Amino acid sequence: MALELDDVRRAAHLARLGLSDEEAASYVDDLSRILEMADSLQAVDTEHVAPLSHSLDTTQQLRVDEVTEQDQRERFQRCAPAVEDGLYLVPRVVE
Amino acid sequence: MQWETVIGLEVHVQLATQSKIFSGASTAFGAAPNTQACAVDLGLPGVLPVLNESAVAMAVQFGLGINAEIPEVSVFDRKNYFYADLPKGYQTSQMYHPIVGPGEVEIVLGDDRTKRIRVHHAHLEEDAGKSLHEDYHGMSGIDLNRAGTPLLEIVSEPDMRSAAEAVAYLRAIHAIVTYLGVSDGNMAEGSMRCDVNVSVRPEGQSAFGTRAEIKNVNSFRFVERAIAFEVERQIELIEDGGQVVQETRLYDPELDETRSMRTKEEANDYRYFPCPDLLPVVLDRAYVDHLRSTLPELPAEKRARFENELGLSAYDAGVLSSSRPMAEYFEAVKEVCGDAKLAANWVQGELSGQLNRENLSIADSLVTAQQLGELVSRVKDETINGKAAKQVFAALWNGEGDSADAIIEAKGLKQVTDTGAIEAMIDEVIAESPVQVAQYQDADPDKRGKMIGYFVGQVMKASRGTANPQQVNALLKQKLAP
Amino acid sequence: MHDKTLTELAAGLSAGDFSSRELTDHFLGRIERLDGEINSFITVTAEQAQASADAADATRRQGDAGPLNGLPLALKDLFCTQGVRTSCGSRMLDNFVSPYDATLVERLAAAGTVSLGKTNMDEFAMGSSNESSYYGPVKNPWDLAAVPGGSSGGSAAAVAAGLTPAALGTDTGGSIRQPAAFCGITGLKPTYGRVSRYGMVAYASSLDQGGPMARSAEDCALLLGAIAGHDPRDSTSVTRGVPDYQAELNAPLAGLRIGLPREYFGEGLDPDVEAAVREAIRVYESLGASVQDISLPHTNLAIPAYYVIAPAEASSNLSRFDGVRFGHRCENPSDLIDLYKRSRAEGFGSEVKRRILMGTHTLSEGFFDAYYKKAQQVRRLIRQDFLDAFDEVDVLMGPAAPTPAFDLGANKDPLSMYLQDIYTIAINLAGIPGISVPAGFVGQRPTGLQILGPHFAESQLLNVAHQFQQATDWHLKRPSFGEENS
Repeated sequence: MALELDDVRRAAHLARLGLSDEEAASYVDDLSRILEMADSLQAVDTEHVAPLSHSLDTTQQLRVDEVTEQDQRERFQRCAPAVEDGLYLVPRVVE
Repeated sequence: MQWETVIGLEVHVQLATQSKIFSGASTAFGAAPNTQACAVDLGLPGVLPVLNESAVAMAVQFGLGINAEIPEVSVFDRKNYFYADLPKGYQTSQMYHPIVGPGEVEIVLGDDRTKRIRVHHAHLEEDAGKSLHEDYHGMSGIDLNRAGTPLLEIVSEPDMRSAAEAVAYLRAIHAIVTYLGVSDGNMAEGSMRCDVNVSVRPEGQSAFGTRAEIKNVNSFRFVERAIAFEVERQIELIEDGGQVVQETRLYDPELDETRSMRTKEEANDYRYFPCPDLLPVVLDRAYVDHLRSTLPELPAEKRARFENELGLSAYDAGVLSSSRPMAEYFEAVKEVCGDAKLAANWVQGELSGQLNRENLSIADSLVTAQQLGELVSRVKDETINGKAAKQVFAALWNGEGDSADAIIEAKGLKQVTDTGAIEAMIDEVIAESPVQVAQYQDADPDKRGKMIGYFVGQVMKASRGTANPQQVNALLKQKLAP
Repeated sequence: MHDKTLTELAAGLSAGDFSSRELTDHFLGRIERLDGEINSFITVTAEQAQASADAADATRRQGDAGPLNGLPLALKDLFCTQGVRTSCGSRMLDNFVSPYDATLVERLAAAGTVSLGKTNMDEFAMGSSNESSYYGPVKNPWDLAAVPGGSSGGSAAAVAAGLTPAALGTDTGGSIRQPAAFCGITGLKPTYGRVSRYGMVAYASSLDQGGPMARSAEDCALLLGAIAGHDPRDSTSVTRGVPDYQAELNAPLAGLRIGLPREYFGEGLDPDVEAAVREAIRVYESLGASVQDISLPHTNLAIPAYYVIAPAEASSNLSRFDGVRFGHRCENPSDLIDLYKRSRAEGFGSEVKRRILMGTHTLSEGFFDAYYKKAQQVRRLIRQDFLDAFDEVDVLMGPAAPTPAFDLGANKDPLSMYLQDIYTIAINLAGIPGISVPAGFVGQRPTGLQILGPHFAESQLLNVAHQFQQATDWHLKRPSFGEENS
């Protein structure tokens, strides 16, 4: 399936990735060729094949419901670009 | 034209776990910002989720409580979108294989009719954080304490036909989750919130109208108000020749209206796919059966038992089973006094009145069930009359004594049933009221019934309320007979 | 000292021939002198390394030294290291000092190893040449005009250049095995779930697996024993017990059944690489193994399936890099969307963006079934190929890469770069273990033999690889790089 510039722009917006016009144009070509390669999958009959998400057929282990984590705000916020009063700052969110 | 309202609810219930759904951080309410957001909750690079077993157990208990299918396998998916309060850029949820399958909830309507509302499914997911809009130099602040709190999202079928039904359904869900103890149901703290899907259609039409989704409504009253407003808006819109747009709306309690959430962007595309960091959750039969065996009696069963075994009216049974603390209190009172109807009257009458006046919940009652049960026992065995009982209740409430008996003793409220003593008081009243006696005796016999009230009142006053009113009545009739 | 294997260095420490501090200083000195030329490290943690070495020496004096105590090594820069920058080769995390340690890092520290620093890599492990790193390309110590392979290119080059006796890498589609082959070292990708992924910055979660890169299979066995095992913080890590990986190293290979997947010897395979691999297989025959042809019929679908699944997972995994809690943040964002778009545009390089776009597109409405779901179905077929093959044979052998290390800048086209992974990628989709061992040279550039086994057959793979290394000396060859300075 070939891909149009609008598809790239749409994906970039969903992924919140700023792209220049040039970049977007160059990705149209790359991604089209990658998708073309991916289209070779269509040739395989998978009608009776279940999708495989994990290579091992194991199941989820459960964690005991206990509080094991203590407050480490100061440590965690040391790598944060903008904090105040213990809050992460972002441009004004309008509800 | 007659319009029919169609409502479906998505109820988000915060599960009462100690720790988060995928991390060991505390879920306690009200901590300082970001002090309960651990590395996993913050979505630091490299962290991984591990599922909380209590969240699973609670979800299954809810499912069993609504007679739902519990699928053997459920799977977590990622719902991808960017938002300030969503740390990882995706919410871990269950899109295709939820933990709870189809079930149903019985609701009781105003006229004691019941109706079954189908639940499409319920799934586990993680809550997001909170944006605080106080001005931080033109910025918003993000608190991720709530991020990762386990939620059970309960999705109904569009089976409700009025705001009242929607509220009854929400109350029923509230009762079930609090009965089960899987949630504290505290709506003020956000433990239960819902998205309301509302549409209208001409009566008799089978196709649904276009629906609007009212997001994040967090009280019973707001649900009722939001639906009322929205139904009216949609009907007016259609009758004026317009069309309802499928959209997300917000209910504003201050203006009592719903309004469209300004969506600057195109419809979202959440790109759901199975979360590769979590494996399929497989619940074996023995585990589910074990949880089933530990389920408490649920509101619908309790209501039926109150009605059928205890002989309460449908109304009383409904009210007394509406919440677990209420039902437990009532049953304790009944246990002590041995009379379900008297217990029901007292819990619903004097106690509920007092709680309402002071805006307290039954858990905060200043009179314990044991105390009230003893008080009701004294009414039942006629140690005190009804009027005195109210005094005793007030005294218990005000902490003037530890038990009904102690207060009765201290205040001398024991009912006087000694005929001689009552006669003496009657004689005294008669002697002091010659005018009234004459009026009574001259009156038409039909009117005397009302007039005797004056004398009863005087005698009761003389006895400080302790005389047995029936006895007083009977003796007065005899003595006043012309 | 830097020509010795990890196993030999362990013996030297144990015998008191040198201290961990001496060893550590020796390697730190080499990094200091030589790494400028190959750029294999992003961060060198000299002070911490010296402190750990002193602590390890103290432990040894107290008689508490375990087998790895005091051994220096290096970590691919996507293992989170508390207090040390963890960049993932990206501008996005250039300023990210991790507040916590990965489980693998904790385990290695608990075993008394000494981390020399963090090695260069393709940005977010996306690449096969180490050219997508924000910190510049790594050069292959065997030939400075060649790439070291990727994405664990820094780890491979550092080991090959004698800047560290061993390193840890990660492998999502070949990122341990291919650079090991290109740099003439031994690299093991364990079974998915064998080594904890907690603290390993995710590229494609259902495929990523950390593993050892060292001079010999014996060294890999030593390291794997320290890092393998269940981690309650990683739901996908298995509870199965960890065997003693060194116990089976010397088991004889007589009767070993080797399968040669004919799809791994087809078009596109460099004839000199093929010759080296076939020669290696003759060595196995001489050790008593039998060889048969085998087919993995869905091999040609591995690259398309991988380039749907891995970017899809990556597009979601990399959403957390949003300029809010850590990592790069653009200047003066005008609103939330601007913050996201510019921070991510500035923070990510072009290959990462390409994969995010690809994954976002294939997961979006209308495409999911045709791409993602289809790829997951094909993934099951690919796994089944291997399960069927292992009914017939004990191990599979073939080349680790179709060519020896290519020139820097030779694969400008992303698609031709992706084809480099043709022999390694299916292994990640199937979740099985694979090891690459040095098997000769094409000119001055090394080439690798890849050995594959069933799930959890690491002991057997290490045994098979070790026996080869007992019979050959390819793994003992050293590049001339740095000799004049040492």
